[in-house]
Amino acid sequence: MTDLVPLLAGAVAGERRALARLLTAIEGGADGVRELIPSLFAASRGAHLVGITGPPGSGKSTLVNALATVWRRRGRRVGILAVDPSSPFTGGAIMGDRIRMMEHAGDLDVFVRSMASRGELGGLAGTTWIAAAVLDAAGYDPVVVETVGAGQSEVEIARLAETTVVVEVPEMGDEVQAIKAGLLEVADVIVVNKGDRPGAELAARQLRAMLSSVGGRITRQPPAILTTTALDGAGVDALADAIDAHRAAARAPDQAMQRARNQLRRAAAEIGVRAATAHPEWEELVEAVAERRVDPVTAAERLVGLRS
Amino acid sequence: MTENERTTPIRVLIAKPGLDGHDRGAKVLARGLRDEGFEVIYTGLRQTPEMIADAAEQEDVDVIGMSILSGAHMTLLPRVAELCRERGMDDVLIAAGGIIPDADVTKLKAIGIGEVFGPGTSIGQIARYFREHARRSA
Repeated sequence: MTDLVPLLAGAVAGERRALARLLTAIEGGADGVRELIPSLFAASRGAHLVGITGPPGSGKSTLVNALATVWRRRGRRVGILAVDPSSPFTGGAIMGDRIRMMEHAGDLDVFVRSMASRGELGGLAGTTWIAAAVLDAAGYDPVVVETVGAGQSEVEIARLAETTVVVEVPEMGDEVQAIKAGLLEVADVIVVNKGDRPGAELAARQLRAMLSSVGGRITRQPPAILTTTALDGAGVDALADAIDAHRAAARAPDQAMQRARNQLRRAAAEIGVRAATAHPEWEELVEAVAERRVDPVTAAERLVGLRS
Repeated sequence: MTENERTTPIRVLIAKPGLDGHDRGAKVLARGLRDEGFEVIYTGLRQTPEMIADAAEQEDVDVIGMSILSGAHMTLLPRVAELCRERGMDDVLIAAGGIIPDADVTKLKAIGIGEVFGPGTSIGQIARYFREHARRSA
């Protein structure tokens, strides 16, 4: 078992190799990660956790690269986790987000790490939140998580991030697309990227028209809606401003409670599954369910101790 | 730990050092390794040795695979190996592919390049080599 405590100490002290190895241990679910979590939680320096999501090819990586340029100019150290999908067949993955971020190669204050989703749905890897906490402890702020290319319902990022940026492109569809439930609903900031293409301003106008008011049971602020051209940097300063400005809103007590609730729910679900599958009667109950002697809900309740 | 006991995918950096723009081979290999179950980080074209070493360090890869067709291999590849050593990444397997004369292959192997794959190599051969020689356990 690798002792992770010295790796965390090294990462906090700014050793990039220690940081990289710690991230590998976390990704691989190494022994010792569980024990490390309390110290990791305590080592937080309060980094702003920013999620960037949107459909494949909308320019997420290019935009993250352009944002990093702006943040570096403002003296921030930027940590980036770029998640790409794992193959459901082989477990392999191709992670190409670095291609768009080579501008920052050699800058010691930008740390980019690619993560494969390793079977998780929802656009993130199961360990992404721990990896983000490590970058925070290592002194990166903001910590940016770029998701797998997302469709309409990969909203997991909004549960993790303090500020969620949804990247759209011109020709994303009409007003009805803009008012569908899901991804656009969880955005704190919406960006219409590829702003030099025809229709960009129209798309931004449609989004503004449909999303600038919220009501009913929704208590959050309507999203800021901006246009950028990530390739030449147009609009990216304003985007960084909007993200930075959202930090305070994200830390209002009700928002913090909501995130805590989500974190706990997620942790409880994971622990529940682990407890159930490690239960001595697991195999026996699997068989019982297969033979339809017991229903899966009753069996699960027995496994987590809610029923004897 | 043997290959069979390893529970996480092997991470491979595929890079194109130097100035040649021929990346079809690198992309085909990246795709092929994906299908073999590797996690492949592709950095794109025109990488300096420093950029490659930086990326390998941040990504904590098990293997660096470099595709080079420009003839500058005797300058670029030893530099990558040297930078890896300087940064304590002695356990990273370094391999190369491309048009590299036999005489140079011998010299490259002597300075820490594990293997050099020439034209006609199958992806299966490369995958097998990486599985057998990636030294790190996880």
